[in-house]
Amino acid sequence: MTMEQKAPPKTRDWATDYDIFEQEYVRHPYPIWDELRENCPVAHTEHWGGSWMPTRYDDLFAIAQDFENFSSREILVAPIQPPPDAEASPFYGVRAPPISSDPPEHTWARKLLLPHFSIKAVSIYEEETRELANSLIDKFIDSGRADAAVDYAQQIPPRVIASMLGVPHEMADTFTGWVRNLLELGLTNPELRGPARMELLSFLNNQIMARREKPTDDLISRLLAAEVNSEPVSHIHLLGTCLLIVIAGIDTTWSSIGSALWHLAQHPDDRRMLIERPEIIQNAVEELLRAYSPVTMARVTNRDVEYGGCPMKENDRVLMNFPAANRDPAKFEEPDRVILDREFNPHIAFGVGIHRCAGSNLARMEMRLSIEEWLKRIPDFRLEDPSAVTWAGGQVRGPRNLPVVFP
Amino acid sequence: MKVKVDQEKCQGHNRCFVVASELFELDDYGYAHEVGDGTVPPGLEEKARLAVANCPERAIYIEED
Ligand code: HEM
Ligand code: SF4
Repeated sequence: MTMEQKAPPKTRDWATDYDIFEQEYVRHPYPIWDELRENCPVAHTEHWGGSWMPTRYDDLFAIAQDFENFSSREILVAPIQPPPDAEASPFYGVRAPPISSDPPEHTWARKLLLPHFSIKAVSIYEEETRELANSLIDKFIDSGRADAAVDYAQQIPPRVIASMLGVPHEMADTFTGWVRNLLELGLTNPELRGPARMELLSFLNNQIMARREKPTDDLISRLLAAEVNSEPVSHIHLLGTCLLIVIAGIDTTWSSIGSALWHLAQHPDDRRMLIERPEIIQNAVEELLRAYSPVTMARVTNRDVEYGGCPMKENDRVLMNFPAANRDPAKFEEPDRVILDREFNPHIAFGVGIHRCAGSNLARMEMRLSIEEWLKRIPDFRLEDPSAVTWAGGQVRGPRNLPVVFP
Repeated sequence: MKVKVDQEKCQGHNRCFVVASELFELDDYGYAHEVGDGTVPPGLEEKARLAVANCPERAIYIEED
Protein backbone atom coordinates (compact mmCIF):
# COMPACT_ATOMS: atom_id res chain seq x y z
CA MET A 1 0.00 0.00 0.00
CA THR A 2 1.28 3.47 -0.80
CA MET A 3 1.15 6.35 1.64
CA GLU A 4 -1.65 8.09 -0.27
CA GLN A 5 -3.87 5.07 -0.13
CA LYS A 6 -3.34 4.69 3.58
CA ALA A 7 -4.27 8.23 4.54
CA PRO A 8 -8.05 8.48 4.30
CA PRO A 9 -9.21 11.58 2.39
CA LYS A 10 -10.22 14.31 4.81
CA THR A 11 -13.49 14.84 3.12
CA ARG A 12 -14.84 12.38 0.62
CA ASP A 13 -15.52 13.66 -2.89
CA TRP A 14 -19.10 12.50 -3.14
CA ALA A 15 -19.30 13.19 -6.89
CA THR A 16 -16.61 10.64 -7.77
CA ASP A 17 -16.25 8.49 -4.66
CA TYR A 18 -19.60 8.16 -2.86
CA ASP A 19 -20.24 5.33 -0.43
CA ILE A 20 -23.90 4.84 0.39
CA PHE A 21 -23.09 2.59 3.32
CA GLU A 22 -20.98 5.22 5.10
CA GLN A 23 -22.52 6.42 8.36
CA GLU A 24 -22.44 10.08 7.33
CA TYR A 25 -24.58 9.22 4.30
CA VAL A 26 -26.84 6.83 6.16
CA ARG A 27 -27.57 9.31 8.96
CA HIS A 28 -27.87 12.57 7.06
CA PRO A 29 -27.70 12.32 3.27
CA TYR A 30 -29.60 15.55 2.52
CA PRO A 31 -26.67 18.02 2.19
CA ILE A 32 -24.79 15.46 0.10
CA TRP A 33 -27.71 15.16 -2.31
CA ASP A 34 -28.00 18.96 -2.55
CA GLU A 35 -24.35 19.23 -3.47
CA LEU A 36 -24.61 16.44 -6.05
CA ARG A 37 -27.79 17.74 -7.68
CA GLU A 38 -26.11 21.10 -8.07
CA ASN A 39 -22.62 20.06 -9.16
CA CYS A 40 -22.73 16.52 -10.48
CA PRO A 41 -26.28 15.27 -10.99
CA VAL A 42 -25.12 11.80 -12.04
CA ALA A 43 -22.36 10.88 -9.60
CA HIS A 44 -20.01 7.93 -9.91
CA THR A 45 -18.13 5.64 -7.54
CA GLU A 46 -15.86 2.62 -7.64
CA HIS A 47 -17.12 1.40 -4.25
CA TRP A 48 -19.22 -1.72 -3.97
CA GLY A 49 -18.64 -2.88 -7.51
CA GLY A 50 -18.95 0.60 -8.99
CA SER A 51 -22.12 2.50 -9.90
CA TRP A 52 -23.67 5.70 -11.21
CA MET A 53 -26.09 7.69 -9.06
CA PRO A 54 -28.57 10.27 -10.36
CA THR A 55 -30.07 12.62 -7.76
CA ARG A 56 -32.39 14.91 -9.76
CA TYR A 57 -36.09 14.12 -9.98
CA ASP A 58 -36.27 14.42 -13.77
CA ASP A 59 -33.32 12.05 -14.24
CA LEU A 60 -34.79 9.42 -11.93
CA PHE A 61 -38.09 9.73 -13.75
CA ALA A 62 -36.48 9.35 -17.18
CA ILE A 63 -34.28 6.38 -16.27
CA ALA A 64 -37.11 4.56 -14.50
CA GLN A 65 -39.26 4.90 -17.64
CA ASP A 66 -36.47 3.64 -19.92
CA PHE A 67 -36.58 -0.09 -19.20
CA GLU A 68 -35.12 -0.87 -22.64
CA ASN A 69 -31.77 0.57 -21.65
CA PHE A 70 -31.96 0.14 -17.89
CA SER A 71 -32.76 -3.42 -16.86
CA SER A 72 -34.10 -4.71 -13.54
CA ARG A 73 -32.26 -8.04 -13.75
CA GLU A 74 -30.13 -6.74 -10.87
CA ILE A 75 -31.80 -4.44 -8.40
CA LEU A 76 -29.55 -4.65 -5.35
CA VAL A 77 -27.43 -1.57 -4.70
CA ALA A 78 -24.31 -3.72 -4.22
CA PRO A 79 -23.40 -6.79 -6.27
CA ILE A 80 -23.79 -10.14 -4.57
CA GLN A 81 -21.40 -12.96 -5.37
CA PRO A 82 -23.33 -16.23 -5.55
CA PRO A 83 -21.82 -18.88 -3.25
CA PRO A 84 -19.48 -21.32 -5.07
CA ASP A 85 -21.97 -24.19 -4.70
CA ALA A 86 -24.96 -22.12 -5.87
CA GLU A 87 -25.88 -24.46 -8.70
CA ALA A 88 -26.19 -27.38 -6.30
CA SER A 89 -28.88 -25.57 -4.30
CA PRO A 90 -32.45 -26.86 -4.72
CA PHE A 91 -33.44 -23.22 -5.17
CA TYR A 92 -30.98 -22.41 -7.92
CA GLY A 93 -32.56 -20.02 -10.40
CA VAL A 94 -35.19 -18.58 -8.07
CA ARG A 95 -35.47 -14.87 -8.72
CA ALA A 96 -37.88 -12.25 -7.39
CA PRO A 97 -40.45 -11.54 -10.12
CA PRO A 98 -41.76 -8.98 -10.97
CA ILE A 99 -39.18 -6.72 -9.32
CA SER A 100 -36.27 -8.57 -10.96
CA SER A 101 -38.01 -8.95 -14.34
CA ASP A 102 -38.02 -6.93 -17.52
CA PRO A 103 -40.86 -7.03 -20.06
CA PRO A 104 -42.32 -9.23 -21.38
CA GLU A 105 -42.12 -11.45 -18.24
CA HIS A 106 -42.58 -8.41 -16.01
CA THR A 107 -45.97 -7.57 -17.52
CA TRP A 108 -47.73 -10.80 -16.56
CA ALA A 109 -45.76 -11.33 -13.34
CA ARG A 110 -46.97 -7.94 -12.12
CA LYS A 111 -50.52 -8.48 -13.32
CA LEU A 112 -50.64 -11.63 -11.24
CA LEU A 113 -50.08 -9.60 -8.07
CA LEU A 114 -51.93 -6.34 -8.65
CA PRO A 115 -55.51 -7.47 -7.88
CA HIS A 116 -54.38 -8.67 -4.44
CA PHE A 117 -52.95 -5.27 -3.55
CA SER A 118 -55.70 -2.90 -4.67
CA ILE A 119 -57.11 -0.35 -2.21
CA LYS A 120 -60.11 -2.61 -1.73
CA ALA A 121 -58.09 -5.80 -1.36
CA VAL A 122 -55.82 -4.39 1.33
CA SER A 123 -58.69 -2.84 3.28
CA ILE A 124 -59.55 -6.29 4.68
CA TYR A 125 -56.37 -6.09 6.79
CA GLU A 126 -57.29 -2.71 8.30
CA GLU A 127 -59.06 -3.92 11.38
CA GLU A 128 -56.39 -6.38 12.37
CA THR A 129 -53.68 -3.76 11.77
CA ARG A 130 -55.48 -1.36 14.11
CA GLU A 131 -55.81 -4.07 16.75
CA LEU A 132 -52.21 -5.06 16.33
CA ALA A 133 -51.05 -1.45 16.79
CA ASN A 134 -53.07 -1.17 19.97
CA SER A 135 -51.89 -4.46 21.40
CA LEU A 136 -48.28 -3.33 20.88
CA ILE A 137 -48.97 0.01 22.58
CA ASP A 138 -50.65 -1.82 25.50
CA LYS A 139 -47.34 -3.48 26.25
CA PHE A 140 -45.37 -0.29 26.84
CA ILE A 141 -47.76 2.57 27.47
CA ASP A 142 -47.65 2.30 31.26
CA SER A 143 -43.87 2.39 31.38
CA GLY A 144 -43.71 5.88 29.85
CA ARG A 145 -41.08 4.88 27.34
CA ALA A 146 -40.65 2.66 24.30
CA ASP A 147 -38.33 1.93 21.45
CA ALA A 148 -40.66 3.17 18.72
CA ALA A 149 -38.66 1.25 16.10
CA VAL A 150 -38.12 -2.09 17.87
CA ASP A 151 -41.30 -2.28 19.95
CA TYR A 152 -43.67 -0.78 17.39
CA ALA A 153 -42.69 0.01 13.79
CA GLN A 154 -40.74 -3.20 13.34
CA GLN A 155 -43.56 -5.36 14.70
CA ILE A 156 -46.36 -4.33 12.36
CA PRO A 157 -45.37 -5.16 8.75
CA PRO A 158 -44.17 -8.74 9.30
CA ARG A 159 -47.47 -9.65 10.97
CA VAL A 160 -49.54 -8.12 8.19
CA ILE A 161 -47.45 -10.03 5.62
CA ALA A 162 -47.83 -13.22 7.68
CA SER A 163 -51.62 -12.76 7.62
CA MET A 164 -51.59 -12.24 3.87
CA LEU A 165 -49.54 -15.36 3.27
CA GLY A 166 -51.58 -17.35 5.78
CA VAL A 167 -48.68 -18.17 8.09
CA PRO A 168 -48.73 -17.86 11.90
CA HIS A 169 -47.94 -14.45 13.43
CA GLU A 170 -45.32 -16.16 15.59
CA MET A 171 -43.19 -16.23 12.44
CA ALA A 172 -42.93 -12.43 12.49
CA ASP A 173 -39.60 -12.15 14.31
CA THR A 174 -38.07 -14.89 12.20
CA PHE A 175 -39.21 -13.06 9.03
CA THR A 176 -37.66 -9.86 10.34
CA GLY A 177 -34.36 -11.61 11.05
CA TRP A 178 -34.24 -13.16 7.59
CA VAL A 179 -35.03 -9.91 5.84
CA ARG A 180 -32.41 -7.97 7.80
CA ASN A 181 -29.82 -10.56 6.89
CA LEU A 182 -30.84 -10.38 3.25
CA LEU A 183 -31.24 -6.67 2.66
CA GLU A 184 -29.61 -4.79 5.50
CA LEU A 185 -26.68 -6.56 7.16
CA GLY A 186 -26.24 -9.09 4.38
CA LEU A 187 -25.61 -6.57 1.61
CA THR A 188 -22.14 -5.93 2.93
CA ASN A 189 -21.74 -9.34 4.58
CA PRO A 190 -22.42 -12.32 2.27
CA GLU A 191 -21.99 -14.79 5.13
CA LEU A 192 -25.25 -13.62 6.64
CA ARG A 193 -27.06 -13.44 3.34
CA GLY A 194 -26.64 -16.96 2.01
CA PRO A 195 -28.12 -18.87 4.94
CA ALA A 196 -30.97 -16.38 5.42
CA ARG A 197 -31.99 -16.77 1.79
CA MET A 198 -31.87 -20.57 2.04
CA GLU A 199 -33.97 -20.67 5.21
CA LEU A 200 -36.56 -18.22 3.92
CA LEU A 201 -36.86 -20.10 0.62
CA SER A 202 -37.19 -23.48 2.36
CA PHE A 203 -39.88 -22.07 4.59
CA LEU A 204 -41.85 -20.59 1.69
CA ASN A 205 -41.34 -23.73 -0.38
CA ASN A 206 -42.95 -25.81 2.37
CA GLN A 207 -45.81 -23.35 2.66
CA ILE A 208 -46.49 -23.53 -1.08
CA MET A 209 -46.40 -27.34 -1.03
CA ALA A 210 -48.83 -27.38 1.89
CA ARG A 211 -51.25 -25.06 0.05
CA ARG A 212 -51.07 -27.27 -3.03
CA GLU A 213 -52.28 -30.17 -0.87
CA LYS A 214 -54.85 -28.14 0.97
CA PRO A 215 -55.74 -24.69 -0.37
CA THR A 216 -56.77 -22.10 2.22
CA ASP A 217 -58.00 -18.53 1.98
CA ASP A 218 -54.74 -16.67 1.57
CA LEU A 219 -52.50 -15.09 -1.03
CA ILE A 220 -50.38 -18.20 -1.62
CA SER A 221 -53.48 -20.27 -2.41
CA ARG A 222 -54.85 -17.54 -4.67
CA LEU A 223 -51.60 -17.31 -6.60
CA LEU A 224 -51.57 -21.10 -6.95
CA ALA A 225 -55.05 -20.97 -8.44
CA ALA A 226 -54.17 -18.16 -10.86
CA GLU A 227 -53.52 -18.79 -14.53
CA VAL A 228 -51.42 -16.97 -17.09
CA ASN A 229 -52.34 -17.78 -20.70
CA SER A 230 -54.59 -20.59 -19.37
CA GLU A 231 -51.71 -22.25 -17.55
CA PRO A 232 -50.81 -22.30 -13.87
CA VAL A 233 -47.69 -20.42 -12.91
CA SER A 234 -44.50 -22.44 -12.41
CA HIS A 235 -43.42 -23.39 -8.91
CA ILE A 236 -40.13 -21.58 -9.22
CA HIS A 237 -41.91 -18.39 -10.27
CA LEU A 238 -44.35 -18.54 -7.36
CA LEU A 239 -41.55 -19.20 -4.92
CA GLY A 240 -39.71 -16.13 -6.22
CA THR A 241 -42.83 -13.98 -5.99
CA CYS A 242 -43.51 -15.09 -2.40
CA LEU A 243 -39.88 -14.36 -1.57
CA LEU A 244 -40.32 -10.86 -2.99
CA ILE A 245 -43.45 -10.20 -0.96
CA VAL A 246 -41.60 -11.01 2.24
CA ILE A 247 -38.49 -9.06 1.29
CA ALA A 248 -40.26 -6.03 -0.18
CA GLY A 249 -43.05 -5.78 2.35
CA ILE A 250 -41.24 -5.78 5.67
CA ASP A 251 -38.29 -3.51 6.31
CA THR A 252 -39.50 -0.95 3.77
CA THR A 253 -42.73 -0.31 5.63
CA TRP A 254 -41.15 -0.65 9.05
CA SER A 255 -38.60 1.99 8.00
CA SER A 256 -41.33 4.38 6.88
CA ILE A 257 -43.34 3.99 10.07
CA GLY A 258 -40.15 4.46 12.10
CA SER A 259 -39.11 7.59 10.19
CA ALA A 260 -42.60 9.03 10.61
CA LEU A 261 -42.41 8.58 14.38
CA TRP A 262 -38.87 9.94 14.42
CA HIS A 263 -40.16 13.08 12.75
CA LEU A 264 -43.23 13.42 14.96
CA ALA A 265 -41.19 12.91 18.14
CA GLN A 266 -39.30 16.10 17.29
CA HIS A 267 -42.14 18.23 15.89
CA PRO A 268 -44.89 19.00 18.40
CA ASP A 269 -46.59 21.33 15.89
CA ASP A 270 -46.96 18.50 13.42
CA ARG A 271 -48.37 16.20 16.10
CA ARG A 272 -50.89 18.86 17.02
CA MET A 273 -51.81 19.42 13.39
CA LEU A 274 -52.56 15.72 12.89
CA ILE A 275 -54.59 15.53 16.06
CA GLU A 276 -56.60 18.67 15.29
CA ARG A 277 -57.04 17.92 11.58
CA PRO A 278 -57.23 14.13 11.32
CA GLU A 279 -58.61 14.47 7.78
CA ILE A 280 -55.15 15.38 6.46
CA ILE A 281 -53.68 11.98 7.38
CA GLN A 282 -53.46 10.80 3.76
CA ASN A 283 -51.56 13.94 2.73
CA ALA A 284 -49.36 13.52 5.79
CA VAL A 285 -48.50 9.93 4.87
CA GLU A 286 -47.52 11.03 1.35
CA GLU A 287 -45.43 13.88 2.74
CA LEU A 288 -43.62 11.64 5.22
CA LEU A 289 -42.98 9.17 2.39
CA ARG A 290 -41.58 11.99 0.29
CA ALA A 291 -39.32 13.46 2.94
CA TYR A 292 -38.10 10.14 4.36
CA SER A 293 -38.28 7.85 1.34
CA PRO A 294 -36.70 4.60 2.44
CA VAL A 295 -35.95 2.74 -0.78
CA THR A 296 -33.06 2.99 -3.26
CA MET A 297 -33.12 0.39 -6.04
CA ALA A 298 -30.70 -0.36 -8.85
CA ARG A 299 -30.71 -0.98 -12.59
CA VAL A 300 -28.04 -2.37 -14.91
CA THR A 301 -27.50 -1.04 -18.41
CA ASN A 302 -28.36 -3.33 -21.32
CA ARG A 303 -25.84 -1.69 -23.64
CA ASP A 304 -23.42 1.21 -23.69
CA VAL A 305 -25.51 4.33 -23.14
CA GLU A 306 -24.67 7.93 -22.60
CA TYR A 307 -26.92 9.51 -20.02
CA GLY A 308 -26.55 13.12 -18.90
CA GLY A 309 -23.11 13.23 -20.46
CA CYS A 310 -22.00 10.11 -18.55
CA PRO A 311 -20.49 7.30 -20.63
CA MET A 312 -22.19 4.25 -19.13
CA LYS A 313 -20.90 0.87 -20.27
CA GLU A 314 -23.01 -2.25 -20.76
CA ASN A 315 -23.75 -3.89 -17.38
CA ASP A 316 -22.95 -0.77 -15.38
CA ARG A 317 -25.01 -0.38 -12.23
CA VAL A 318 -27.22 2.69 -11.75
CA LEU A 319 -28.56 3.50 -8.29
CA MET A 320 -32.17 4.65 -8.41
CA ASN A 321 -31.99 7.29 -5.73
CA PHE A 322 -35.73 7.93 -5.38
CA PRO A 323 -35.14 9.48 -1.93
CA ALA A 324 -32.89 12.21 -3.41
CA ALA A 325 -35.37 12.89 -6.23
CA ASN A 326 -38.04 13.57 -3.63
CA ARG A 327 -36.01 16.41 -2.12
CA ASP A 328 -35.17 18.07 -5.43
CA PRO A 329 -35.89 21.83 -5.14
CA ALA A 330 -36.51 21.93 -8.89
CA LYS A 331 -39.59 19.76 -8.28
CA PHE A 332 -40.75 20.51 -4.73
CA GLU A 333 -41.02 23.86 -2.98
CA GLU A 334 -39.05 23.92 0.25
CA PRO A 335 -38.15 20.25 -0.15
CA ASP A 336 -36.42 19.95 3.21
CA ARG A 337 -39.46 21.17 5.11
CA VAL A 338 -42.04 18.60 6.09
CA ILE A 339 -45.41 20.19 5.31
CA LEU A 340 -47.96 17.61 6.36
CA ASP A 341 -50.78 19.16 4.36
CA ARG A 342 -48.63 19.72 1.26
CA GLU A 343 -50.93 19.59 -1.77
CA PHE A 344 -48.48 19.34 -4.67
CA ASN A 345 -46.63 16.11 -4.05
CA PRO A 346 -45.99 13.75 -6.97
CA HIS A 347 -43.26 11.94 -5.01
CA ILE A 348 -41.66 8.75 -6.29
CA ALA A 349 -40.95 6.98 -3.00
CA PHE A 350 -42.69 3.95 -4.50
CA GLY A 351 -40.72 4.29 -7.70
CA VAL A 352 -42.22 5.35 -11.00
CA GLY A 353 -42.87 3.58 -14.29
CA ILE A 354 -43.57 -0.11 -14.79
CA HIS A 355 -42.11 -1.22 -11.44
CA ARG A 356 -44.21 1.16 -9.31
CA CYS A 357 -44.43 -0.55 -5.91
CA ALA A 358 -47.17 -3.15 -6.15
CA GLY A 359 -47.57 -3.00 -2.36
CA SER A 360 -48.02 0.76 -2.15
CA ASN A 361 -51.65 0.62 -1.03
CA LEU A 362 -50.78 -1.87 1.70
CA ALA A 363 -47.81 0.21 2.86
CA ARG A 364 -49.92 3.38 2.97
CA MET A 365 -52.62 1.64 4.95
CA GLU A 366 -50.11 0.34 7.51
CA MET A 367 -48.49 3.77 7.84
CA ARG A 368 -51.79 5.58 8.21
CA LEU A 369 -53.15 3.26 10.88
CA SER A 370 -49.95 2.98 12.85
CA ILE A 371 -49.59 6.78 13.02
CA GLU A 372 -53.26 7.30 13.87
CA GLU A 373 -53.34 4.72 16.66
CA TRP A 374 -50.04 5.91 18.13
CA LEU A 375 -51.22 9.55 18.26
CA LYS A 376 -54.59 8.61 19.76
CA ARG A 377 -52.88 6.97 22.70
CA ILE A 378 -49.55 8.82 22.82
CA PRO A 379 -50.26 12.33 21.58
CA ASP A 380 -47.19 13.75 23.28
CA PHE A 381 -43.75 12.14 23.06
CA ARG A 382 -40.13 13.00 22.40
CA LEU A 383 -36.78 11.38 21.75
CA GLU A 384 -35.31 10.04 24.95
CA ASP A 385 -31.76 10.63 23.75
CA PRO A 386 -31.12 11.74 20.16
CA SER A 387 -27.68 10.12 20.19
CA ALA A 388 -29.23 6.72 20.94
CA VAL A 389 -31.12 6.69 17.61
CA THR A 390 -29.50 4.35 15.08
CA TRP A 391 -30.14 4.17 11.33
CA ALA A 392 -29.86 1.46 8.73
CA GLY A 393 -29.26 2.49 5.15
CA GLY A 394 -28.04 1.51 1.73
CA GLN A 395 -30.97 -0.20 0.04
CA VAL A 396 -33.55 0.64 2.70
CA ARG A 397 -33.16 3.57 5.08
CA GLY A 398 -34.88 3.96 8.42
CA PRO A 399 -34.36 4.06 12.17
CA ARG A 400 -33.49 0.77 13.85
CA ASN A 401 -33.41 2.07 17.44
CA LEU A 402 -35.69 4.93 18.39
CA PRO A 403 -36.08 5.35 22.15
CA VAL A 404 -38.88 7.77 23.03
CA VAL A 405 -40.44 8.91 26.30
CA PHE A 406 -43.92 10.21 27.00
CA PRO A 407 -45.60 11.67 30.07
CA MET B 1 -63.65 21.12 -18.35
CA LYS B 2 -62.80 17.44 -18.82
CA VAL B 3 -60.24 15.26 -17.09
CA LYS B 4 -58.64 12.25 -18.84
CA VAL B 5 -56.29 9.45 -17.89
CA ASP B 6 -53.75 8.36 -20.47
CA GLN B 7 -53.99 4.56 -20.14
CA GLU B 8 -50.55 4.09 -21.62
CA LYS B 9 -48.95 6.08 -18.84
CA CYS B 10 -51.03 5.14 -15.77
CA GLN B 11 -49.16 2.75 -13.46
CA GLY B 12 -51.79 2.58 -10.75
CA HIS B 13 -50.35 4.82 -8.04
CA ASN B 14 -53.98 5.61 -7.13
CA ARG B 15 -53.16 9.13 -6.05
CA CYS B 16 -55.88 10.54 -8.31
CA PHE B 17 -58.54 8.34 -6.76
CA VAL B 18 -57.55 9.36 -3.23
CA VAL B 19 -57.57 13.06 -4.14
CA ALA B 20 -60.79 12.97 -6.19
CA SER B 21 -62.82 9.77 -6.01
CA GLU B 22 -65.67 11.68 -7.70
CA LEU B 23 -63.62 11.99 -10.87
CA PHE B 24 -61.75 8.69 -11.16
CA GLU B 25 -62.50 5.01 -10.88
CA LEU B 26 -60.10 2.11 -10.56
CA ASP B 27 -60.18 -1.26 -12.25
CA ASP B 28 -59.32 -4.54 -10.48
CA TYR B 29 -55.63 -3.98 -11.13
CA GLY B 30 -55.66 -0.45 -9.73
CA TYR B 31 -55.40 1.35 -13.06
CA ALA B 32 -57.41 4.55 -13.19
CA HIS B 33 -60.03 5.78 -15.61
CA GLU B 34 -61.98 9.03 -15.63
CA VAL B 35 -65.61 8.68 -14.52
CA GLY B 36 -67.96 8.79 -17.53
CA ASP B 37 -66.67 11.06 -20.27
CA GLY B 38 -64.46 12.93 -17.82
CA THR B 39 -66.66 16.00 -17.49
CA VAL B 40 -65.72 17.76 -14.25
CA PRO B 41 -68.86 18.84 -12.36
CA PRO B 42 -68.87 22.49 -11.22
CA GLY B 43 -66.96 22.91 -7.98
CA LEU B 44 -64.55 20.03 -8.60
CA GLU B 45 -62.14 21.90 -10.89
CA GLU B 46 -59.62 22.37 -8.11
CA LYS B 47 -59.68 18.64 -7.31
CA ALA B 48 -59.12 17.83 -10.96
CA ARG B 49 -56.05 20.08 -10.98
CA LEU B 50 -54.77 18.46 -7.79
CA ALA B 51 -55.10 15.02 -9.35
CA VAL B 52 -53.07 16.17 -12.36
CA ALA B 53 -50.42 17.66 -10.07
CA ASN B 54 -50.05 14.59 -7.89
CA CYS B 55 -49.91 11.85 -10.51
CA PRO B 56 -46.26 10.77 -10.54
CA GLU B 57 -46.62 9.30 -14.04
CA ARG B 58 -47.95 12.58 -15.55
CA ALA B 59 -50.78 10.45 -16.88
CA ILE B 60 -53.69 12.82 -16.23
CA TYR B 61 -54.53 15.77 -18.40
CA ILE B 62 -57.24 18.39 -18.57
CA GLU B 63 -59.20 19.44 -21.62
CA GLU B 64 -60.59 22.95 -21.17
CA ASP B 65 -63.78 23.71 -23.10
C1 HEM C 1 -43.28 2.25 2.57
C2 HEM C 1 -43.10 1.03 2.14
C3 HEM C 1 -42.59 0.68 0.78
C4 HEM C 1 -41.79 1.40 -0.07
C5 HEM C 1 -41.19 2.78 0.14
C6 HEM C 1 -41.62 0.59 -1.26
C7 HEM C 1 -40.87 0.98 -2.35
C8 HEM C 1 -40.80 0.30 -3.53
C9 HEM C 1 -40.11 0.77 -4.71
C10 HEM C 1 -39.31 2.05 -4.79
C11 HEM C 1 -40.32 -0.14 -5.70
C12 HEM C 1 -39.85 0.00 -7.14
C13 HEM C 1 -38.69 -0.84 -7.43
C14 HEM C 1 -37.99 -0.49 -8.72
O1 HEM C 1 -38.29 0.50 -9.38
O2 HEM C 1 -37.08 -1.25 -9.05
C15 HEM C 1 -41.10 -1.21 -5.14
C16 HEM C 1 -41.52 -2.32 -5.82
C17 HEM C 1 -42.28 -3.33 -5.28
N1 HEM C 1 -42.79 -3.38 -4.00
FE1 HEM C 1 -42.60 -1.95 -2.59
N2 HEM C 1 -42.32 -0.57 -1.12
C18 HEM C 1 -42.93 -0.56 0.11
C19 HEM C 1 -43.74 -1.54 0.63
C20 HEM C 1 -44.13 -2.68 -0.03
C21 HEM C 1 -45.05 -3.66 0.47
C22 HEM C 1 -45.78 -3.59 1.80
C23 HEM C 1 -45.14 -4.63 -0.47
C24 HEM C 1 -45.97 -5.88 -0.50
C25 HEM C 1 -46.06 -6.78 0.26
C26 HEM C 1 -44.30 -4.26 -1.58
C27 HEM C 1 -44.16 -4.97 -2.75
C28 HEM C 1 -43.50 -4.55 -3.86
C29 HEM C 1 -43.47 -5.29 -5.11
C30 HEM C 1 -44.14 -6.61 -5.39
C31 HEM C 1 -42.69 -4.53 -6.01
C32 HEM C 1 -42.32 -4.88 -7.44
C33 HEM C 1 -43.23 -4.26 -8.44
C34 HEM C 1 -42.78 -4.47 -9.87
O3 HEM C 1 -41.60 -4.73 -10.11
O4 HEM C 1 -43.64 -4.42 -10.77
N3 HEM C 1 -43.70 -3.06 -1.27
N4 HEM C 1 -41.41 -0.90 -3.82
S1 SF4 D 1 -52.33 8.84 -10.02
FE1 SF4 D 1 -51.73 8.60 -12.14
S2 SF4 D 1 -50.72 6.67 -12.27
FE2 SF4 D 1 -51.83 6.73 -10.41
S3 SF4 D 1 -53.77 5.73 -10.81
FE3 SF4 D 1 -54.04 7.89 -11.07
S4 SF4 D 1 -53.64 8.20 -13.20
FE4 SF4 D 1 -52.81 6.24 -12.74
